[in-house]
Amino acid sequence: MELRDNVKYAKTHEWVKELGDGVVEIGITDFAQDALGDIVFINLPEVDDEVVMETPFCDVESVKAVSDVYSPVTGVICQVNEELADNPALINESAFDAWIIRVKDVKEHEDFLSAEEYETFANEEA
Amino acid sequence: MELVFEKSRAGRGGQNLPPLDVPETVIPEEFARVSAPRLPEMAEVDISRHYTELAKRTHGVNDGFYPLGSCTMKYNPRINEEAAALPGFTKLHPLQPVHTVQGALDVLYLAEQYLAEITGMDRFTFQPSAGAHGEYAGLLLIRAYHKDRGELEQRKKIIVPDSAHGTNPASAVMAGFTVVNIPSLDNGCVDLEALRAACGEDTAGLMLTNPNTVGIFDENILDITRIVHEAGGLVYYDGANLNAVMGVARPGDMGFDVVHLNLHKTFSTPHGGGGPGSGPVGCKEFLAPFLPRPSVAESTDGELAFLDMPKSIGKVRSFYGNFLVVVKALTYMMTLGAEGIREAAQNAVLNANYMASRLSDLYPMAREKGVMHEFVITLEKLHKEKGVSALDVAKGLLDNGIHPPTMYFPLIVHEALMVEPTETESKDSLDEAIAIFRKVYEQAAADPESMHEMPLHTPVRRLDEVGAARNPRLKYEF
Repeated sequence: MELRDNVKYAKTHEWVKELGDGVVEIGITDFAQDALGDIVFINLPEVDDEVVMETPFCDVESVKAVSDVYSPVTGVICQVNEELADNPALINESAFDAWIIRVKDVKEHEDFLSAEEYETFANEEA
Repeated sequence: MELVFEKSRAGRGGQNLPPLDVPETVIPEEFARVSAPRLPEMAEVDISRHYTELAKRTHGVNDGFYPLGSCTMKYNPRINEEAAALPGFTKLHPLQPVHTVQGALDVLYLAEQYLAEITGMDRFTFQPSAGAHGEYAGLLLIRAYHKDRGELEQRKKIIVPDSAHGTNPASAVMAGFTVVNIPSLDNGCVDLEALRAACGEDTAGLMLTNPNTVGIFDENILDITRIVHEAGGLVYYDGANLNAVMGVARPGDMGFDVVHLNLHKTFSTPHGGGGPGSGPVGCKEFLAPFLPRPSVAESTDGELAFLDMPKSIGKVRSFYGNFLVVVKALTYMMTLGAEGIREAAQNAVLNANYMASRLSDLYPMAREKGVMHEFVITLEKLHKEKGVSALDVAKGLLDNGIHPPTMYFPLIVHEALMVEPTETESKDSLDEAIAIFRKVYEQAAADPESMHEMPLHTPVRRLDEVGAARNPRLKYEF
């Protein structure tokens, strides 16, 4: 599984990257995309929607199943990666580049895992 | 293979209509079609060959073993078809005066009594056309109940365990509720602590199937329904797995308030392409006023009549649902009788346990023992070590003339294959299937690469499932 050091990880298999000015970028991990298999559809939220920590904000559909994507932070969506709607396969191609939403006004966040901690956690799950 | 439209030849036909012997009526222009429909023009023999050719390329219960977990693909007895083909049923019009269709009303009335007896419910409606439609109608009953008590604004949440059928959360959202997902225990059973934490003044209800999707009977069922009731919610029974317990245990006695059944699973009416389906919804007496109308009841003069139901949620489908499917299900229940219904459930459980025990040395089971009517295999180890997935094994089974089990469900089991043999398979057919399952596993272990090529001998090989989902072509373009 691919891991990156410049992002933090949630136990529900999302990654979070700080972009500065209190804005964070959220996507799903490489481990998650691999477990899901070929993603065929993504149900994206909208700009200005509120996201709440540990609550789903979007769902992804693969050939196997539909899965919720949980927000690791509480805040307001300021940007949605609309490109994914037409081409959800981008998540399979490069999960860490295919961000799903950008969130501003982050009020609280989960206890994140480091790349190393997430690797251990994911291996136990697998 | 060519479509009927491609086989069409202008001017060819299969009908010799008799001369018109009634006055011709001109359809008013606003109702008339602008252009003629593009119907294929074919001779009867060519149409017959076309559909026979299609049938050869399918796999149904009549072709062989069909252990599609959670779908209860049992054999559909011919006597059901004979009853449903009686002209007294087929030549009815749904708007005929009720005194001319007392027999048909009797079918609905009797079937309702029997299903109520089997499930421990008081009343049923036959309007919903399938399982998910039944779920939706059942949830509308729960909604109507809370609304009637003035609590609908407050009670918006339906609790669904993560081992549930995917239709449960979807139906809850369709019915205007918010879904609260609670984690299940490893055996798919309800985590009582998680349930207690999720229940409150905003709880509208809980949706559950028992036995659950891992094939385990939840022994805490009485506690589960009590916890939800104490919070003021109602409990919904997804009848998908009733085949394991019918005639043995009743959802009504477990504390459920609403159930839906799938006549096309449990009660032996055709499933899938052979449908249509039927998803009757049953409820306890206190919910009966909200049932879809019309409903059949005995009137004072001994005739059957349709009830006036002022609090009804209205219609969820035209007329009385798929009436002839109810005729088939009633035929099934009358053929088996109370004893036979119980025996069918017992044999369904016996068959699943026999097969599981004959496979468990090779195939790792999601649960060691004590399954009900179906069992779940997890191929996580095979996938990790040999790169052979549940999909590959399913394709291997197809190549050996078996319809694959349900794949990748329940979601809480990785690389899952969910096997439901049903009671209508003999020991011989189970032994044959067991031999094939073993052969496929051995091939997967010895020559993993070859499994990615499966199936080799089916009418079509691996279909582009991803392409079909990403770029669906849903209609034929002329």
